[in-house]
Amino acid sequence: MKLFKIRGGVHPDDLKVLSAGRPIEDLELPPLLHIPLQQHIGALATPVVRRGQKVAKGQLLADSQGVISAPVHAPTSGRIVGIGSYPAHHASGLNVRTISLQSNGEDLWSEDIRGEVDPFALDPDEVAARVAAAGIVGMGGATFPSAVKLNLRKRYRLHTLVINGSECEPYLTCDDRLMRERADEVLDGARIMAHALGVSKILVGIENNKPEAQAAMAEVARTFPSISIARLPMRYPMGSEKHLVQTLVGRETPARGLTADIGVVVHNPATAFAVHEALRYGRPLVSRVMTISGGAIRHPSNLRVPLGTPIQHLIDHCGGFTVEPTQLISGGPMMGQPLPSTRVPTVKGANGLLALTEEETHRGETMPCIRCTSCVQACPCGLLPVEMAAHARAGDLDGVVKLGLMDCIGCGSCAYVCPSHIPLTQYFNYAKGEMAARGRAKQKQTETKRLIEARSARMEAIKKAKQEAMAKRKREAAAQKAAQAAAETGKQQVLEDAAA
Amino acid sequence: MNNAWLIAGPYAHERSSVARTMGLVMLALVPATLFGLVQFGWPAVFLFAVTLITALIAEAACLRIAGKPVRPFLTDGSAVLSGWLLAMTLPPWAPWWVGAVGSLIAIVVAKQIFGGIGQNLFNPAMVARVALLISFPVEMTRFVAPEPIFSAHAPGILEGLAITFGGAQASTLVDASTGATVLGHMRTELGQGLAAPQILADSFSALRGVLGTTSGSMGETSALLILLGGLFLLYKRVISWQIPTAMLGTIALAATLMHLLDPEHFAGPVYHLLSGATFLGAFFIATDLVTSPVSARGQVVFGAGCGLLVFVIRSWTSYPEGVAFAVMLMNATTPLIDHWMRPRVYGRDRKGAPLEYGDDAEKAS
Repeated sequence: MKLFKIRGGVHPDDLKVLSAGRPIEDLELPPLLHIPLQQHIGALATPVVRRGQKVAKGQLLADSQGVISAPVHAPTSGRIVGIGSYPAHHASGLNVRTISLQSNGEDLWSEDIRGEVDPFALDPDEVAARVAAAGIVGMGGATFPSAVKLNLRKRYRLHTLVINGSECEPYLTCDDRLMRERADEVLDGARIMAHALGVSKILVGIENNKPEAQAAMAEVARTFPSISIARLPMRYPMGSEKHLVQTLVGRETPARGLTADIGVVVHNPATAFAVHEALRYGRPLVSRVMTISGGAIRHPSNLRVPLGTPIQHLIDHCGGFTVEPTQLISGGPMMGQPLPSTRVPTVKGANGLLALTEEETHRGETMPCIRCTSCVQACPCGLLPVEMAAHARAGDLDGVVKLGLMDCIGCGSCAYVCPSHIPLTQYFNYAKGEMAARGRAKQKQTETKRLIEARSARMEAIKKAKQEAMAKRKREAAAQKAAQAAAETGKQQVLEDAAA
Repeated sequence: MNNAWLIAGPYAHERSSVARTMGLVMLALVPATLFGLVQFGWPAVFLFAVTLITALIAEAACLRIAGKPVRPFLTDGSAVLSGWLLAMTLPPWAPWWVGAVGSLIAIVVAKQIFGGIGQNLFNPAMVARVALLISFPVEMTRFVAPEPIFSAHAPGILEGLAITFGGAQASTLVDASTGATVLGHMRTELGQGLAAPQILADSFSALRGVLGTTSGSMGETSALLILLGGLFLLYKRVISWQIPTAMLGTIALAATLMHLLDPEHFAGPVYHLLSGATFLGAFFIATDLVTSPVSARGQVVFGAGCGLLVFVIRSWTSYPEGVAFAVMLMNATTPLIDHWMRPRVYGRDRKGAPLEYGDDAEKAS
């Protein structure tokens, strides 16, 4: 298969060897699960259960609110012990609305759960509706509700579904293992999604550091002429969907646009697997495969983890820490988020838990920029991180935006290669945050202005109405008076006449 | 659990550092430097040492005065490298104060006054070289013929000390022949009405230019060893190919063109490429990270500009050599080049508008 070149990128040591050889294990059930109601991009789900209620595995716990949202389901059977606030799976460590579930140890699926013998007989809308009802979100980390992406066929002319099995982040092997062990299911899910999207072509991109996954998927794909496996060169960020699509179809996604603009929709293998489970068996998304790895983990592993499991439980399962890690990360080391504590629960979008040592993170002391242009060469988006950072430092937000801040995908390639250890990603995240805050402030301002204008218009109208009413009354009074006067004079006339 | 680093990723690093980058450049300079030190003997060794040590002391003093942490900046290697590059361009038997004053100018005036590492607009070594050339034209143009360090005519350690520190005239101590460089010779002879081919036949040999066994600055003579270092830097991705290729290509092109038009007054490309600081300039001076443009296209323009200016200065001004002036002039244009020549952003055309495809991929409204 012909592949196209992308610009920039870096070649980090992939360190997948730590966990790539370990088959996916089922994690034993923790006694208590904390299921956040926000595990996706979009509106918070609303609880539909009460405290003390008994729930079956797969039962709806909280329903989605609006189009961009996702429901959450019970990861196991048990009793709801609380609906309240709990630390989020997020760098901030802030609380999020969370349902706490005490397991009864039986792990029994709800009896209402039923699959579909032939999902391909279903209407595409119905497939998307079931994907939405199963609470499936982008499991590569983006956590965008998958059903919304399946519905893109309504607005775009699509031709290809890409399954993003590049897994370009170092350490992570969960997609690798899933594709090796469950190739049938992953590709079945992919075919169901292709049916929902109305496309006939499926491309599966897998980096060359996963030959077993490539072989396993190719073996299954042989029976389906619509599916091709693309063997991708190893380069970070190959898994950026815009860059993956460019590699596969040779076209760049227009700035500020979606890959759907060039007819392609991208989904993750774990998402495809979840779609398979949801459509074939009716099972909602209640667990996921995670890689637990890093230099500080005694036995790096790939685990199938019930959502809501406290991450301390995963660490214990993997034999605990060999040394105290300097950094605990959700996701990969390039784009992952630091986690504030081991209390936080696992969520739909968390594909990895890394406990890294100081030697691995290699945070050097920040030195002045020497304009070596390593960042310019590494940037896959053709930006000038060196210039952007200079403007960001000077607080020149407009300058950073003009240099393409909003075209930055935040991949961190620039900071990875910077010999001066300048936290470039931090600068750009900060600038993006400021832009968002500015946008909100502006929106607030226009909204306030709109309200004020509406109010003054309303007041004006009332005043006018009042004036008119008064004028009307005046006119009426005057008319009445005139009539009275006329009547009076008339009377007088009559009297005078009579007198005459 | 230490959460002091709740800062955005990546939580991995290529393991590069400023000190490593500077170290690689110095490593690349080693062959040409050793060759120069051996070829020009003890005086060159002493001058080299004085220049580097002065650079270090000046850097430390400036950091101290500016209230910056001394150790991390002193050990980043940038001061030593500036001194080193300057030493490479000095006449090898120049008195010690030439190296010392040069290093002071490079570090204090050209680097620290601008704000230290990464902030300077002009290449520090070239600022120093130009300042020295203008201030001390005699000392800066007195070259010697190569006398390998332990050969019969070479000065010994004591004589070397006398030459570098004692102000002794070389000719009074040893019978080393003082001589002009090939470029200097060409300028003088052309001025006396001789034809270029004849001058070349007398003074220039391509083989000596490649090997470096000719009179010239301490580390500029051997094109071969400098090329070796340059290729090493390219391989290690410390520099990229654009600047050296554009610079050498432009010099060669301009020289070929003028040579074809008027062979009596203009020497050919081989002469221009193999004499003076052409190779050192192309691989080590013009490629200075801080003072060259950041985009690939910008670097091509910058390199070509350097090459053209070198040729113009050598051919039509009163200076026989122009690398230092050329690089400094182009340094001044770097901010402008950076402003106008930016890479194309992903998903946008050259003008910055989002890409548009007019076919199957358009929105179905």
